[in-house]
Amino acid sequence: MNLVELKSVSFGYRDEPVIDQVDLVIRSGDFIGMIGPNGGGKSTIIRIIMGLLEPWSGEVIISKETNIGYLPQTHNFDNRYPISVLEVVLSGLLKVHGITTRVNKKDKQKALGVLEKVGMADLAKRSIGDLSGGQMQRVFIGRALISSPQLLILDEPVTYVDNRFEQELYNLLEIISRETAILLVSHDIGQIVSSVRTIACVNRHLHYHPSNQITEEILESYNCPIDLITHGHVPHRVLHTHLP
Amino acid sequence: MILDFFNYDFIRFALAASLLGSITAGIIGTYVVTRRMVFITGGITHASFGGLGLGFFLGVNPLLGAAVFGLISGVGVEYLSRFHKIREDSVIAMVWSFGMALGIIFISLSPGYAPNLMSYLFGNILSVSTQDILIMSILLVLVLALFIPFFRLIQYVTFDEDFARTSRVPVSLFKYLLAALVALTAVVYIRVAGIILVLSLLTIPQNTALLFSNNLKKIMWLSIGIGFLGSLLGLVISYAGNIPSGASIIFSLVVLYLLGSAGKAIFEARMKLRKINLSATRFKP
Repeated sequence: MNLVELKSVSFGYRDEPVIDQVDLVIRSGDFIGMIGPNGGGKSTIIRIIMGLLEPWSGEVIISKETNIGYLPQTHNFDNRYPISVLEVVLSGLLKVHGITTRVNKKDKQKALGVLEKVGMADLAKRSIGDLSGGQMQRVFIGRALISSPQLLILDEPVTYVDNRFEQELYNLLEIISRETAILLVSHDIGQIVSSVRTIACVNRHLHYHPSNQITEEILESYNCPIDLITHGHVPHRVLHTHLP
Repeated sequence: MILDFFNYDFIRFALAASLLGSITAGIIGTYVVTRRMVFITGGITHASFGGLGLGFFLGVNPLLGAAVFGLISGVGVEYLSRFHKIREDSVIAMVWSFGMALGIIFISLSPGYAPNLMSYLFGNILSVSTQDILIMSILLVLVLALFIPFFRLIQYVTFDEDFARTSRVPVSLFKYLLAALVALTAVVYIRVAGIILVLSLLTIPQNTALLFSNNLKKIMWLSIGIGFLGSLLGLVISYAGNIPSGASIIFSLVVLYLLGSAGKAIFEARMKLRKINLSATRFKP
C-alpha cells in the first residue's frame, strides 16, 4: 500500500530551488534511509510530506488514513514551558483526537507503555525542561510513536544523543520496522546503512537506491557526495559493489 | 469596621470585579506567561491608550476605542510574528509608544473637558459600575468557551507550535482567537488596574503559581486563587490606609509572590538537608 507519494515535487526559498522534480513512494513495510549532504534538501522533503511547506510544483499524495509519526530535526519549543513528560507524549494524539482533544485512562496507559519502550517511564512526571538532550529526544520519539502510526519519519534522530542511546535507538527502530514503515534521515550514511533496507540519496534531486548496499561510485553517479572513506566506522559491507 | 466594609455597594462591586478579574486573568495570564508574550501584552495595553484618546475625541465610550486599538495591535503583532525577519520586540516597542502618543494627541485635540487620565493610567476598582461587571462577565464567558473545550489543544499549540501544525489542527486560528482574548482582557481590566498596572494581574499570580506546579491546569487554578487573595488583601489595605486600590492590590500580589518564593526555598532546603541526613546515617559504620 502506498502511504506517501511525491510526484515531481519542487520547492525552494526565494528563487533558489532546494529540491527539483523529486519522486518518492513510501509503501508499508519500507525502511528507507534518506541521506545526502547538508543543505541538500532532506529536511525540506520531510517538511513537505508533513504539510509544513507548500511545494512550488508537483503533487503530494497522502491518503487520509495515513497516520505519520514525526520526529523533527530541531525542536522549536520553550523548555521552561510547564508540561510533564507524560503530557508531551500524549500531545502525539492531537492528530487522532482533533481540536477538542481529551485524554482518557486508556490514552494515559498507552503513553506510559510508549515511555517504557523508550526507557523513560520513570521520569513520566518530570517537567520536560528538566531532562537532558538525549532524554528529551527519547520523549519526542515517544510522542511520534503513541498514535501507532503506519509511517514513522525521523529527521536526524541521533543529533543530540550519546552513542549508547544511538545503538538502543537503532535496535528499537529494528523492532518498530516490523510493523511500521520508517523513513530515517541522516547526513551520515555510516550510521544508518546497516539498519535500513533501501536508500534515497537527496542532493536537490532524489535518487532511489533499492537496496542498502551502496558504493562511493554509485553515490557519485547519483551526484550525492558523501564521504564513505573518511568516516572511521563505516560498516564494511557498505563498500560491497552493488550488483546491477 | 470589616462589616461596614461589606455594606457599601461600591465594595461589593469591587469584590465582584476582583473575582471575575482573578478568574479571567488567571486563565489568560497563564497563557500570556507560559507563551512568553508578557511584553506583547504590555504593548497591546499601552497601544489601546490611542483608542481611549480617539474615543474622547469622537465623543464615544473611550473603552470601546481602546478595545478596537487593543484588538488591532494584538492580532497585528501576532500576524507580524509569523515573519521571522521582523524584530518582534522592536515592533512591539513602536506599537507601544505610538499608541500612547496617539492617545495624547487625540486628548489634547479634544475640545473643552479634559478627562481624568489618572484613572485610566492607574485604574480604580472602587469606581466599577454595573455595566463594567456585565462586560467582565461576558468576557469571562468567552474565555471559558475557548479554554474549556480546547484546553489541551491550546496547551499543545503553545508548547510546540510546529508539531501541532503537523497534526492537522487550525493552529493559526487559535493563536488569533487567543491574541484577541488577551487584548480584550487587558482593555476590560484597564478600569480596575489601569493601563500601567494591568500587566501585573496577568503575570504576578501566574508566576507565583509556577513556583509550585508544572501542571497547566493547576497553575491556572492556583493563579485564580492567588489573584483573588491578593485582590482582597489589596482592597482591605486600600480601605484601611486610604491608598489607591490598584497600587495596594499589586503590592499585595508581589508580597504573596515573595512569600511563595521564600516558602519554596525553605521547603527545598529542608528536603535537601533531610536527604543529606539520610545518606549520612546510611553510611554510618
